[in-house]
Amino acid sequence: METAIDVSGLVKTFGRTRALDGLDLTVRTGEVHGFLGPNGSGKSTTIRVLLGLLRADAGAARLLGGDPWRDAVALHRRLAYVPGDVTLWPNLSGGEVIDLLGRMRGGLDPKRRAELLDSFELDPRKKGRTYSKGNRQKVGLVAALASDVELLILDEPTSGLDPLMEEVFQHWVRRAVHDGRTVLLSSHILAEVEALCDRVTIIRAGRTVESGTLGDLRHLHRTAIDAEVAAPLDGLADLPGVHDLRVDGRRVRFDVDTAALDAALRRLTELGVRSLVSTPPTLEELFLRHYETADRA
Amino acid sequence: MSTLTGTRHLVRLILRRDRLLLPLWVLILAVLPMTYAASYFELFPTAAERAAYLEGTARNPSIVALLGPAYGDSIGGLTAQRSGFLLLIVALASLLTVIRHTRTEEEAGRRELLGGNVLGRHAGLTAALLVTYAADLLLGLLTAAGLVATGLPTGGSLAYGLVTVLTGVVFATLGGLAAQLTETAGGARGIGLAGLGAAFGLRLAGDTAGNDWPSWLSPLGWAARVRPYEGERWWVLLLPLAATALTAAFAYPVSVRRDLGAGVLPSRLGPATAGGGLSGPFGLAWRLHRGQVLWWSVGFGLLGLILGGAAEAAGRSVEGSPRMEEIVARLGGASGMADAYLGVTLSLAGLAAAGYGIQAALRMRAEESAGHAEPVLATGTRRSTWLLSHVTFALLGPVVVLAVTGLATGLTYGLSTGDVPRQLGRMLAAGLAQVPAAWVLAGLAVLLYGLLPRLAPVTWAVLAVCVLLGQLGAGLELDQWLLDLSPFTHTPQVLRDAWTPTPLYLLTALAVTLATAGLLTFRRRDLPVL
Repeated sequence: METAIDVSGLVKTFGRTRALDGLDLTVRTGEVHGFLGPNGSGKSTTIRVLLGLLRADAGAARLLGGDPWRDAVALHRRLAYVPGDVTLWPNLSGGEVIDLLGRMRGGLDPKRRAELLDSFELDPRKKGRTYSKGNRQKVGLVAALASDVELLILDEPTSGLDPLMEEVFQHWVRRAVHDGRTVLLSSHILAEVEALCDRVTIIRAGRTVESGTLGDLRHLHRTAIDAEVAAPLDGLADLPGVHDLRVDGRRVRFDVDTAALDAALRRLTELGVRSLVSTPPTLEELFLRHYETADRA
Repeated sequence: MSTLTGTRHLVRLILRRDRLLLPLWVLILAVLPMTYAASYFELFPTAAERAAYLEGTARNPSIVALLGPAYGDSIGGLTAQRSGFLLLIVALASLLTVIRHTRTEEEAGRRELLGGNVLGRHAGLTAALLVTYAADLLLGLLTAAGLVATGLPTGGSLAYGLVTVLTGVVFATLGGLAAQLTETAGGARGIGLAGLGAAFGLRLAGDTAGNDWPSWLSPLGWAARVRPYEGERWWVLLLPLAATALTAAFAYPVSVRRDLGAGVLPSRLGPATAGGGLSGPFGLAWRLHRGQVLWWSVGFGLLGLILGGAAEAAGRSVEGSPRMEEIVARLGGASGMADAYLGVTLSLAGLAAAGYGIQAALRMRAEESAGHAEPVLATGTRRSTWLLSHVTFALLGPVVVLAVTGLATGLTYGLSTGDVPRQLGRMLAAGLAQVPAAWVLAGLAVLLYGLLPRLAPVTWAVLAVCVLLGQLGAGLELDQWLLDLSPFTHTPQVLRDAWTPTPLYLLTALAVTLATAGLLTFRRRDLPVL
């Protein structure tokens, strides 16, 4: 089977709110697919439709070759889901929740479970109410990653994890893909998406605005530069790829396309750099840029 | 920074969040005593009629068990007794309001959000107590004003109003203490309800047995002993004041010493792996419901032991009152009197068991709102299996609780009359006869959960209406069709000789229909509805 998830023209309304407005999403078998969008753009709603929790008003959705609503139970045995906010039963220990969810999916690999607990440094004996946000996410991740399933649906799974654990998470996702699993990764963390994803889909207001490989989206990147130079400024404004140039005496601020970064920096060095701060675009900025260009087009 | 800094803001937050709930219970509870008084003025205009009512009904041991003692035949005295059951509800509302705004907030993590702002250590507890005290005060003043308006004496009305205020205040403070002891709101409610249950049990035992000292240990017993309209004993009001001060003196130091989110009773480590029983939705449901089943059974078992033990004395207590003896003779002698008393108390247990059933059914709603349902339903668990795992407890829980109540009642009553086997059987039957009516309400909760999940808690209001219909029905001489709306009206009097089981079958069929409709609608709806 070529595609693990195939969604087209998905529409879902809640009262007057149109949460999904003709959304398309295609995830190929065996890939890590990044699912990006601002808060409230419909990522979780899409995932809930895929899980058969919500029924779509219009459009088509296929999951692992089945109908997410009609074949929900059979499909759920072949996938594992980690919500963005894992909430645990206050009186169940983390280990109990991991085993319970695993058994409900049809069993988990005890060896991998032990390895995961070890590498995530998670104490499975603590009661649900005593875990921190990050540790609750770990419980959900261990339960999902220890299951023998074809598809992992991860909805902002690393919110609350520290950078070390982020590394561990990426290691296990790579391993899952190596083992032949497919991953749908909804995320806000651009670095995580860049490190893991083969292809990404960006949505806004319930609609797909871009879908493709990361390379396709590279042209959207712009870096913000804030520098102080020794000599009076000239020759920057006409450089291609430099935007929003603001000059305040010897201080200069501008945004530059990734492709033009080298040329712009060389020009600054010629002027004599006294200080330099370069800020890579945040995901939000990337979205904003992208939407600007999308609107202009 | 004072330990009370920020209390004002929290008070406003609580008032904003409870802007509907608080006025609602204050208003309803304030109006009911007026309606009692008005109905008594209408029903018993002459002293002779009141005296007959006092002997024939108000001093009937089952009525005394339920409402408390009647000290005289004035309209005011009868009204104060009739309102005895309302005090239980005032206590419950005050208790739950305080826990709702202290431990529930802390457990949900919302208090942390506020604790980051400028907030004194005592502010949370103080704000919750202040709002609840103020609500109780308002309720008491409205009650007193309403009673005066019906034409009752001012002194007695004021005394009854103060009784209402202080009963609420005592249990609000108990709620404040309970909220400091456990980490979970459920645990705090359990402690608070156990305290309320003990107060009710002590009052009931004291008021129905020959010696009334247990009533003097209970805040609900003090309430009657102020004797509004029947030679007020104002000094008794000092007892709830002292109890409040004492409870607060325990609660406040604890609230300072413990960490945010922690209780006094520590939380232990759990197992690293799940046991064999925890492998599917039913195993999970058992873990989530078992504590409730256990504690309700223990509580009701104790209540049953007390009720059964008091029944024989209640049956004999009418000796010497010619009018009562005549009524008792009609009921079939002292044992008939005891049966009538036990019938009333077991029907009350039926109402409480319905409350249990509703609570167990609404657990599904809590699971959905807390985000616990979603990961489970994203596994191989069918929606119908998940729903049935909870509905099983909503249906079997009342059976267990009422069976335990019936058996415990039968045991102590049988011991006092010397025929344990027979009474065990009779009381078990009388307890279980309450089950179908309780099921109807649990079924309604399931239907609402499937169809209109946001409105599912309305089932509590339906139960409240059933309680009021049962309580007010006779006094207000309501039309039969109105009384028939409550499923509890149809529960047969099993302790009488002639009764027919048909209503039980019909109630069960209705309950099953409601629950099935709930299941079918739940399978079709979106999840989660927040």
